Amino acid sequence: MGKCMQGYLDEQFMELEELQDDVNPNFVEEVATLYFKDSARLINSIDQALERGSFDFNRLDNYMHQFKGSSTSIGASKVKTECTMFREYCRMGNAEGCLRTFQQVKKEHATLRKKLEHYFQLARQAGPKETARRSK
Amino acid sequence: MDKGFSPVGLRVLVVDDDPTWLKILEKMLKKCSYEVTTCGLAREALRLLRERKDGYDIVISDVNMPDMDGFKLLEHVGLELDLPVIMMSVDGETKRVMKGVQHGACDYLLKPIRMKELKIIWQHVLRKKLQEVRDIEGCCYEGGADWFTRNDETHYLGGGEDVSFGKKRKEFDFEKKLLQDESDPSSSSSKKARVVWSFELHQKFVNAVNQIGCDHKAGPKKILDLMNVPWLTRENVASHLQKYRLYLSRLEKGKELKCYSGGVKNIDSPPKDSEFSSGHQSPGKNSYGFSGGSSLIHKAETDPKQLASSSVSDPSDVHMPPKAKKSRIEFDPPISSSCAFESLLPWSDVPDPLESKPTILYESSFLQQQPLLPSQSPYVANSAPTLMQDEMKPSYETCVNADAFLMPQDKNSTVMILQDLALPTPYAMKLQEASSNVTNDTESILRSLNWELPESHHSGFIDTDLDFSWIQNEHFLANTSGNFQNFQFQDYSCSPSLLSELPPHLWFGNDPDECTLMVDHGLFIS
Repeated sequence: MGKCMQGYLDEQFMELEELQDDVNPNFVEEVATLYFKDSARLINSIDQALERGSFDFNRLDNYMHQFKGSSTSIGASKVKTECTMFREYCRMGNAEGCLRTFQQVKKEHATLRKKLEHYFQLARQAGPKETARRSK
Repeated sequence: MDKGFSPVGLRVLVVDDDPTWLKILEKMLKKCSYEVTTCGLAREALRLLRERKDGYDIVISDVNMPDMDGFKLLEHVGLELDLPVIMMSVDGETKRVMKGVQHGACDYLLKPIRMKELKIIWQHVLRKKLQEVRDIEGCCYEGGADWFTRNDETHYLGGGEDVSFGKKRKEFDFEKKLLQDESDPSSSSSKKARVVWSFELHQKFVNAVNQIGCDHKAGPKKILDLMNVPWLTRENVASHLQKYRLYLSRLEKGKELKCYSGGVKNIDSPPKDSEFSSGHQSPGKNSYGFSGGSSLIHKAETDPKQLASSSVSDPSDVHMPPKAKKSRIEFDPPISSSCAFESLLPWSDVPDPLESKPTILYESSFLQQQPLLPSQSPYVANSAPTLMQDEMKPSYETCVNADAFLMPQDKNSTVMILQDLALPTPYAMKLQEASSNVTNDTESILRSLNWELPESHHSGFIDTDLDFSWIQNEHFLANTSGNFQNFQFQDYSCSPSLLSELPPHLWFGNDPDECTLMVDHGLFIS
């Protein structure tokens, strides 16, 4: 996967690459695209909820639970870590902590997105065989 | 499964509101050579499942869904369809997992899910199928020699009978068989003793179940303990419970059944209703505690009566209630007691029982327009009017059971009546006719339902005096004109006061000679 991805993605990502085959030659990229689209929606919801300032921790926790679940799908480990922390703050009812952590969540999310975009770009350039080799 | 169970082509329904996971799981399952259907909403999933009753082998669902709690979905699936369900979640908290298991999940997977975990899910399907077979066979053992049944089977099975289908069950069955064969040399495995679930016995059963409450953990052992019937075995209770659950589920389904024949719907508020209300206790209406308040319930009142009358009117004709394939009479039992069910059974699907289910006669109220069964079971015109009323109450839709009830073999008037349910007018007419033959009602009705009333009960009406017993399994199947197919037992964990509210007469006994009632498969009407 390359050093640039180290730490950002866990073995789940590799599992996805294993699933990629002739039937779905762009499986991983499709999944990633789906993830970012869905997670952007969730981030938006959380943003709005936080902006409201009412801090409905249950609701926030719920959103984050979904977000975390989604992030595990592609193996976004750093994002997951931040999600967990956010949920902890929710449980504690710590608004400040939630706000801070959420910034981190967004940051990691954006970073991962860039890295994956780059990754897939390279993969496309390299060609299918190359991609297979690289992913192994 | 006898045909050789193969994991390949296992029909899996995956339910997850996360589109990314849905895509991944679909791919993973396909790689396992399963046949995959994906779904993003719990309600949609239920719809799909109900639409194709036997269309799926296993359901995998996420715990957190926006439109419905995953656990609720689990309940529904378990109750209505008795399919194995695997829960998934990113949350592995013990209490969540426990909740899943308590709700009947056969497994709980943590996300991220690995291929190896999905590769073995077929085992759950196989296991369940085997359990069902054992259950059916198990019924056959019941009622055997007293000393045999008195065997402390409950003791043997110990706790956990709810999920006892496993080694314990296997051992138990084997031992039972051994004992039975030993005790009765003349009995072959093909000839099984049966427990006759008399009305009283069933009442006890229902009371026990209700006592346990609306928690799915109402298992055979608990029920047996509460019933306090020394000769009854856990096995007996288990199989009876299964039927009961099936029945209840059918009721629920019926409630939701919208596609009843037009007439049925109209039956809802037919004026004829009043004509037929023969002092039947109204609990009947609500006897099925389906809180779902589905349409079935509304109709129940009228339907039963009407049906009752119709069946009454033509004792000779009625052998089997017409088996209208998809038309069910919706009886909406205005039962208030359906506490548990209410929440559990929001089914909206109309089962397609007719062809595949044995005609189990559940009270006459199950007048379902089903094809007439060829069997010539005498009609037990048990107080048709009263019977009808009470029985009709349950919003039973013709789930198999109902069919069983009124299964006029031929298109006799009764059948016609039933079949004409779709047409309010003819139905009304029939009812009129029916009501005129009150004297033989009881008998004819029961006969038509393939139930035979015990000698002691004759015409008149169904009341607690009647002691209906039903014979389960084979006997029933043997007698029916083979229209029955094996039921798939549904597993309802809780049967709220449904039965308890039903008047006793709703229980029909089946004369061994002509029993066509398949308790095993039918719904219990209490």
